[in-house]
Amino acid sequence: MRNIVAFVVGGLFGAGLLLSGMTNTQKVQGWLDVFGDWDPTLAFVMGGAIIPMAIAWQLTKGRRPVLGGEFDAAPDPVVDRRIVIGSVMFGIGWGLVGLCPGPAIASLTFGGIGGVVFMIAMIAGMIVAPKLRDTLA
Amino acid sequence: MQTDWIMGLIGGGLIGTAAALFLLVNGRIMGASGIIGGLVDKSGRHAWQERSALIAGLVIVPALMTMIAGTRPTYLTDNLLLVIIAGLSVGIGTRVANGCTSGHGVCGISRLSLRGIVATVFYIGAGGLTVVVFKHILGLI
Repeated sequence: MRNIVAFVVGGLFGAGLLLSGMTNTQKVQGWLDVFGDWDPTLAFVMGGAIIPMAIAWQLTKGRRPVLGGEFDAAPDPVVDRRIVIGSVMFGIGWGLVGLCPGPAIASLTFGGIGGVVFMIAMIAGMIVAPKLRDTLA
Repeated sequence: MQTDWIMGLIGGGLIGTAAALFLLVNGRIMGASGIIGGLVDKSGRHAWQERSALIAGLVIVPALMTMIAGTRPTYLTDNLLLVIIAGLSVGIGTRVANGCTSGHGVCGISRLSLRGIVATVFYIGAGGLTVVVFKHILGLI
C-alpha cells in the first residue's frame, strides 16, 4: 500500500511539474533572470504548492500517518554551513541550465540526451556528496 | 502569459497535494533530491521500495502525458559540458544541503522551517546571480 501511495504521489508531482511548465528550463531561468525578461510563473507554482502542504503540516499535529509508523523526524534545526554551501552549489547548477532534481527526473523520457546526461552527472554528484558533507560537518 | 500563472498555480497545487499526501499517509517528506539521493548513496536503503515507486510515478506519468498530449520541450542547452557541470553541482549541492526545491522549498517553507527558508534564499540567490553573470556579463548561457 505504501508503494502504491508513493507511486501516486510521484505521478501527481510529475503531472504538476509538467502542467506548471517547470520542466521547461527557460521558464525556470526566466524566473531567476531578474535583470532580463522576468517570468513570475515559478512563484505561482511555489505558492500553489506551499498552501496544501501548510494545511497538511497542521493536520499532522496529534496524529500518526494513515498507514502507521511515525512522521519523518524534523531535521536538526541548526542552520550550519552545509546548508549555505550546499544551497549555493545547488543554485549555481540550477541557474546554469534551469534544472533541479524533480523536473530532471520528470522530464527523463522527453528531455533528450542532455536530460539524460544531466541525470547521470547529478547522480554522480550525489554519490560523492556524503564525503563532502562529512568534511564540512 | 496570464494562463502561465494559472497553470503555475494549478500545477503547484498538484505538487503540494502530492507532498501533503506523502506526509499524511506515508509520514514522509517529498523531497526529490533526498528520495533519489537516499537510493544512490544507500542511506535510504530501508525505504527503497517506497522511494523507487515514487520515482517510477514521477517518470511514468509525465511520460504518458507527453505521449498523449504531445511532447513538451525542455529547451535545455546543447552545451553538454555546461550540463555536466550543472548536474554535478546540483547533485552535490542538494545532498550537502540536504534538500532542494521540493524538500526545502515546498516542504520546509510550508512549516516555516528556518533551515528551509535559509536554503531557499541561498539557492535562489545563487541561481539568480549565476544567470546574471553567465547570461548578461559573460554571455555563455
